[in-house]
Amino acid sequence: MIKIEKRNDVSPSIYFLTPILAIFLTLFGGGIIFFVLGFNPLEALKFFFITPISDLYGFSELLVKATPLCLIAIGLSFCFKSNNWNIGAEGQLIFGGIVGGGVALLFYGHDGFYVLPIIILAGAIGGMIFAMIPAVLKTYFNTNEILVSLMLVYVAKLLLDYLVVGPWSNPEGFNFPETRQFSESARMPTLFDGLRIHAGIFITLITVFLSWLILYKTYLGFQIKVSGLSLKTAKYAGYKGKTMIIIVFMISGACAGLAGVGEITGPIGQLHRNISPDYGFTAIIVAFLGRLNPVGIIFASLIVALTYLGAETAQIFLQVPKYTGQVFQGMILFFLLGSDYLLFFKIKFLGLKKNEL
Amino acid sequence: MSFDLNFIGILIGAIMASSVPLILAASGELITERSGVLNLGVEGMMIIGAISGFALMVISDNLFLAVIGSMTSGLIISIIFGVLTQSLLTNHVATGLALTIFGIGMSAMIGKNFVGIPGKEFPLLFVNLKENIPFLGPILFGHSVILYFAFLLPFLTNYFLKKTKIGLIIRAVGDSPTSASNQGINVILVRYSCILYGGAMCGLAGAYLSLIYTPQWIENMTGGRGWIALALVVFATWSPIKVLIGALIFGGITISQLHMQAVGLRIPVQLLSALPYIMTIIVLVVISRDSRKIKLNTPTSLGQIFYKEK
Repeated sequence: MIKIEKRNDVSPSIYFLTPILAIFLTLFGGGIIFFVLGFNPLEALKFFFITPISDLYGFSELLVKATPLCLIAIGLSFCFKSNNWNIGAEGQLIFGGIVGGGVALLFYGHDGFYVLPIIILAGAIGGMIFAMIPAVLKTYFNTNEILVSLMLVYVAKLLLDYLVVGPWSNPEGFNFPETRQFSESARMPTLFDGLRIHAGIFITLITVFLSWLILYKTYLGFQIKVSGLSLKTAKYAGYKGKTMIIIVFMISGACAGLAGVGEITGPIGQLHRNISPDYGFTAIIVAFLGRLNPVGIIFASLIVALTYLGAETAQIFLQVPKYTGQVFQGMILFFLLGSDYLLFFKIKFLGLKKNEL
Repeated sequence: MSFDLNFIGILIGAIMASSVPLILAASGELITERSGVLNLGVEGMMIIGAISGFALMVISDNLFLAVIGSMTSGLIISIIFGVLTQSLLTNHVATGLALTIFGIGMSAMIGKNFVGIPGKEFPLLFVNLKENIPFLGPILFGHSVILYFAFLLPFLTNYFLKKTKIGLIIRAVGDSPTSASNQGINVILVRYSCILYGGAMCGLAGAYLSLIYTPQWIENMTGGRGWIALALVVFATWSPIKVLIGALIFGGITISQLHMQAVGLRIPVQLLSALPYIMTIIVLVVISRDSRKIKLNTPTSLGQIFYKEK
């Protein structure tokens, strides 16, 4: 006999244990899918989750992928905590990349320590401005931010496509849809020879620290959390709801823009059509898996980054499409949301009592 | 002159064809949302419908089976959403996003072996009438049976919601689940049914794309149509007839930008391709500006979790 009881309060240990449960369930579900597709599930999972990080290069790649994911997810946590559904981080990333990349092309051939900081700043501002569109439309025209931010992803992608095919395409590039390679002064320095891990990881770590400071040590962070828990309370307390919506969108847009500029000045080094393998969408999963908590998001970004690497390895060894990573990402979120049930309800396994028989 | 008229007729026919997936998906989602459930997984359910329809067509060589199969698989994948949001009380927005991400990944995985296979010709009705009657011919005739169904669906949906008892129950559940529950209505059951119906319609919308509109399988071939369908439901302020009008407007934008590209106007292709998305934003702003009007029609409990204390 199974009995379900409502919990009176959420236990903190379960709050951080359910994400781990979700990861195990995802591995199990993934094993089943691989089995159905005719692979040996254990071997397939090994290719997916162990082979990619079995050497130093693989580990560096993991950090390269986790850097933008963590950064975007941190930004999104501000939005999600205050019940603002910014799901267009991918567009903000691309627009940040466009603005940063434009500045990088402007400084083409320039040397100087000031070039890279200007580009990074430009990228952050670009992402911020792009995120303000859904925020302003939401606050002043009552427009649904989910749909607007999402539509803008397509607009940003097409704008990037236009620029790299047309006005910004490399003059010596034989009409390939890409810009020039940025000058050395516009590139994010790498940390070790032969590995792609770059200084962008410090931007991410600083952002994580700052956001922890804002969320847990400032009045603004308090306001954000209160409005997420109860909009009525926030109004009653006299918080300026509209300003706050715009601020959280600006923060999350700036983070996505930074991620975009980190990608183009880091591993990519130029603008082309595919500057992001849907980092902006995947970061939504990272944010939830990390429980919208800065430290949780760091761990979550490493795990989700592994699904990217795993999909690449599995593509080579098992000839499965690279979209397999998305199947795992979707499953993680399903299982995570589902196991949240345990936060609010106790499941008791009882023996049959005599009077019930 | 008759040539020109005929051309306009063909153009209108093309606009109608391109609006079909939007009408189907948005009509399905409309029923789901009317019951108070916000399913953002439309794009994922559509793409699953598209690949299962195409795969079944290749394997069985039977178009009827393919269409039924696509609806069934849309329905099956929406069960995931149903179990999570209704039984495990998860957040609708996050669950819907997960469904879209999962659906796109899953469809690519299934579709790996179906890339590059040519589609089969879908039977069109009244083809001879299409060619013999100028102007009206290409508008009214020579379409697939799914197109006729799609253009009937908004009227059926309207009748169903307004004039039938089940329609009334769905609206009651969407507007006030607690009172509906107190009246003895099984809120969870009603919502489950609406989610599954929405899933089946999105599956059909996907099948229309992969079997009729562009008969082949391409990864990510829904290309954001699921999201535009979601926007259409808001645009239509949850009224089925306005869904039809909205879908035709978007179909019109899509077709006219294709024609502008073909004519070779000196406007960048990308700007034209971005038009449907930019128009969606503009239309949303215009519609949503009057918050009273939106609130009047929005299902009151949309996206809220319903839990009945036992």
